[in-house]
Amino acid sequence: MNVCFVIAYLLFAPLLGGLLDGTDRIISARMQRRKGPSILQPFYDLGKLFSKELIAVNNVQFLLNLSYLVILMIAGALLFFGADLLMTLFILSTADMFLIMAASSDSSPYANMGASREMLQMMAYEPLTLLIAVGFYLAEGSFQVSDIIDAPVSAILWMPGLFVGFMYTAAIKLRKSPFDLSTSHHAHQEMVKGITTEMSGPALAIMNIAEYYELVLLLGIFSLFFINSTWWSWIVAIIACGLVFFAETLWDNVSARVKWKSLLYSCWIVTLVAGGVNILILMLIK
Amino acid sequence: MNKVSKSPWLLHYDASSCNGCDIEVLDCLTPKYDIERFGIINTGDPFQADILLITGGVNSQTERVVKQLYSQMPEPKVVVAVGICACTGGIFKECYNIKGGIDTVIPVDVYVPGCAARPESIIDGVMKALKVLDEKQKAMKEDRR
Amino acid sequence: MTIILFLIGIPAVFALIFPFLHNQRIRGYVVYTGAGIVMLTTVVFIAQWIGNGAETMMLYPSTESVDHLMTVGDLFLMCLIVYLSIKYGKVLPILLSVGQTALILYIEFTTELPEGPHMAVDWLTILMCLIIAFIGGFICIYTVGYMKGYHNHHKDVKDRQPFFFSMLFLFLAAMFGLVLSQNLIWMYFFWEVTSVISFLMIGYTRSEEAVSNSFMALWMNLLGGLGFAVAIAWMAKTGGSMQLADVISIGAQLPLFCLSLAGLTKSAQLPFSSWLVGAMVAPTPSSALLHSATMVKAGVYLLIRISPALEGNLTGIIVSSIGGLTFIMASMMAIAQNDGKKVLAFSTISNLGLIVGCAGIGVEETVWGAVFLMIFHSVSKSMLFQSVGAAENSLGSRDIEDMHGLIIRLPKLAYIMGIGIAGMYLAPFGMLISKWVALRAFVDSGNFLLVLFIAYGSATTMFYWTKWLAKLISYHIPRDTVKDVTRKDEYFSMFFHAVVMILLCLLLPLIAKWLVNPIVSELFGNSKDVLSMSVLATMAIMLVSVFIVPAVMFFVSRASRRELVPIYMNGVNEGDNRFFTNSFGEKEHLYLSNWYLRFEFGRRHLRIPSILVAAAVLVLGFCLVIGGVMIG
Repeated sequence: MNVCFVIAYLLFAPLLGGLLDGTDRIISARMQRRKGPSILQPFYDLGKLFSKELIAVNNVQFLLNLSYLVILMIAGALLFFGADLLMTLFILSTADMFLIMAASSDSSPYANMGASREMLQMMAYEPLTLLIAVGFYLAEGSFQVSDIIDAPVSAILWMPGLFVGFMYTAAIKLRKSPFDLSTSHHAHQEMVKGITTEMSGPALAIMNIAEYYELVLLLGIFSLFFINSTWWSWIVAIIACGLVFFAETLWDNVSARVKWKSLLYSCWIVTLVAGGVNILILMLIK
Repeated sequence: MNKVSKSPWLLHYDASSCNGCDIEVLDCLTPKYDIERFGIINTGDPFQADILLITGGVNSQTERVVKQLYSQMPEPKVVVAVGICACTGGIFKECYNIKGGIDTVIPVDVYVPGCAARPESIIDGVMKALKVLDEKQKAMKEDRR
Repeated sequence: MTIILFLIGIPAVFALIFPFLHNQRIRGYVVYTGAGIVMLTTVVFIAQWIGNGAETMMLYPSTESVDHLMTVGDLFLMCLIVYLSIKYGKVLPILLSVGQTALILYIEFTTELPEGPHMAVDWLTILMCLIIAFIGGFICIYTVGYMKGYHNHHKDVKDRQPFFFSMLFLFLAAMFGLVLSQNLIWMYFFWEVTSVISFLMIGYTRSEEAVSNSFMALWMNLLGGLGFAVAIAWMAKTGGSMQLADVISIGAQLPLFCLSLAGLTKSAQLPFSSWLVGAMVAPTPSSALLHSATMVKAGVYLLIRISPALEGNLTGIIVSSIGGLTFIMASMMAIAQNDGKKVLAFSTISNLGLIVGCAGIGVEETVWGAVFLMIFHSVSKSMLFQSVGAAENSLGSRDIEDMHGLIIRLPKLAYIMGIGIAGMYLAPFGMLISKWVALRAFVDSGNFLLVLFIAYGSATTMFYWTKWLAKLISYHIPRDTVKDVTRKDEYFSMFFHAVVMILLCLLLPLIAKWLVNPIVSELFGNSKDVLSMSVLATMAIMLVSVFIVPAVMFFVSRASRRELVPIYMNGVNEGDNRFFTNSFGEKEHLYLSNWYLRFEFGRRHLRIPSILVAAAVLVLGFCLVIGGVMIG
């Protein structure tokens, strides 16, 4: 059963991620009164990128990029296998490390700026990520994902604050405005490509696939908040993930990029207020 | 599926334009013309671009930049010269610092005339460029074989 | 177990030889021999102990003459401190030193104490001995090559190498004595010896800064020593015993608090952390040996020893809060540093903070985590200090900014540094697994503040290590070629550390089973399996992901065709990725810098508030403990 989940994740996560990305682009376009591209556009992009010539600025970047993808896949596979949530999150940050290394390996000014900002973003979202794992541990008594989804009631009842906080910081991970400091999907930002500046063709395609894996992984964590031992909770979780994704898209379109200080401080404060208070209450009542 | 023309990403460079054509290029991205419906993205990064969109004639300062940007784009790639200055040098052709049109520096595939070029003609030019792009991709594949 | 005598005696004898050895070459060989013998003795000692059944041993019940020798030693140390303090016009060290020595002498001569064992050997001692002998021994070997380079570099510093090696070996002897002691007075003696050696080593260069920093280190450590002395006095007068084990079994708050104070000062926790940062003026081997790998571990060693008595009481809460606070504050201050050694100093303080926090909670899991943190921290920090020192000798700077593209310029050093940094924070290296255990234990013990500290502290820790690592691996055509002047013995030591680091990581479950679980079960009387099977499986996956994935990808990516082009600079790249043409048509040099966030996380903003908070916690705790004694 668990193995099926893992295989499904490894095979279909890029598909799902790509479709979601396509949907995101259409929704964004409609919000801006545009028609937008086809829903399959992300796949056209990937196909094109793979068909292009591979140019690079050095010999290690591609290697680090591939490592980023594979380690992300491992992190996601662990989550969908039902393994330890905290470990999954640790591996997730390890994967991100490889991305930072890939970007800073080429000594290019834009990639370097992007890498520095990516590090800062990691510093901003990391506390809440750890607190989420702690929250699940307090609420369900285990870090194991398989135990969390077998709980009699949904975790969201115990940890609404953490959920809100996670929605706030997930914008960083999904590279959504106002937190898309290191690299952005839109051309109107002050630094557009940042961390991916020196990635071309297949290297960029790998980076995009990794992003799709990450998107599905994050939605998986979101759904952990809802899934319990009943079958209909899965449907609730899927609907909730859709709503979360829509909310992030909406937020992306209505807000402008913030400065790094606002990013760091606001994330830390939200972590403290929403996450910290939630954890404190959980500790007192559990 | 892996046709370049389904997802052409463009890089816009202002070689020495008066900004008239630049504004028209940006117009293409607005809701009225919505160039993204063809899957076109304005990347701003030569490493990720397929189409180099240049406005304005080449002068002595921008010559090396144009050459370098072109070299940083992965194959297959096309160049679109937007506006009469980019095509031939326009009214600035005789200026002491102007070399002339873009084709004096790098090979140009599509010329879009106009002063400034209208968004419709820019989109038309890009669409023509896509055909060239597909041909180039085909040629590249045969080359590999 | 007469071999204990050799364990302490051999390095001490070597320490006496060095002042008479002025030939550099011969001295080098003597150091190699000495380090080799120390390691060999330790191996024999451990083999013997395990051969005898690996059970806790209590040794030397009656040692009258040695006791007297130690009294003389205490007096000698006091005289030395008084002399040097008068010479440099400092008052505080004299007061503290005279005060505590007088207190100890008074106790020794007025109180009749029951006889008891003076030394004990158990698994924790064995672990410490391993760290001291092997990390310490290899650092000694490294020092031979390093000091040559150091004096080539710093012509203004007077060459006092015989003294330096003397102190290194004497320090090893003192550390062995410290971890083997069970009797508090013995422990106190060795404790003071390490403080004084650290003081002398910090002042090695005799520059104004070095002298003032060394006195700061001295008075702070003496304050801890005073705490130790008070604990001894209380135990003698009220507890009626001199055994460390009895401090734990009696569990009275005052001696526990005073010993914790000693541990906190030694391991440079807030509010006493300034001395460790100041200690970085010393030559790098002393930073590696004393100020990160071993001496500061004496502080956490003591805290781990007494941790079973700290669970859930006031002292425990204070110790763990101060540890947690230090963990986050020091890691924030590390962000703003660009001097490699300063970053290492702050990260040492920060990691020790985590260990102290674990010890303060005082349950099986946290101590398990603390011991693991200690092992990993010793190895990787010693390795990092050595590689920064070696890089400094080659580059002429230890500024992290100057290490841009070190992987091209000094590849071997860059790899060693990289392994060290990875060991400090990356999955699946040990620090992370310990953090995993610590976090779970903090949650279990219901300590909300510590959970927050560890969550935020991990984030800041990640930031300063990542940016350093990123700096190392930047591919960059160097401006000038650097000659690697690192000597063979330095590489020998660093490679040893790197191999140990990787082995520790690979053999983690075995180490947990054979070394760390016994330690925990000795301290607490029982042991749980802290690492469950599922976690071990996850660990294995992580190992695969971090080691094998990049290796496989290396071959995958090598097979692909690619064309190398210049990087994008938004102006014309002049071709070698170092210069670009600016808008005036001039060539301009590209300079890439890390983020230091000086105005947000700088020392000048955080130091005073964090010291004040920590001091307030400490004073408040002290008042409560004293109040408790008065009422009780």
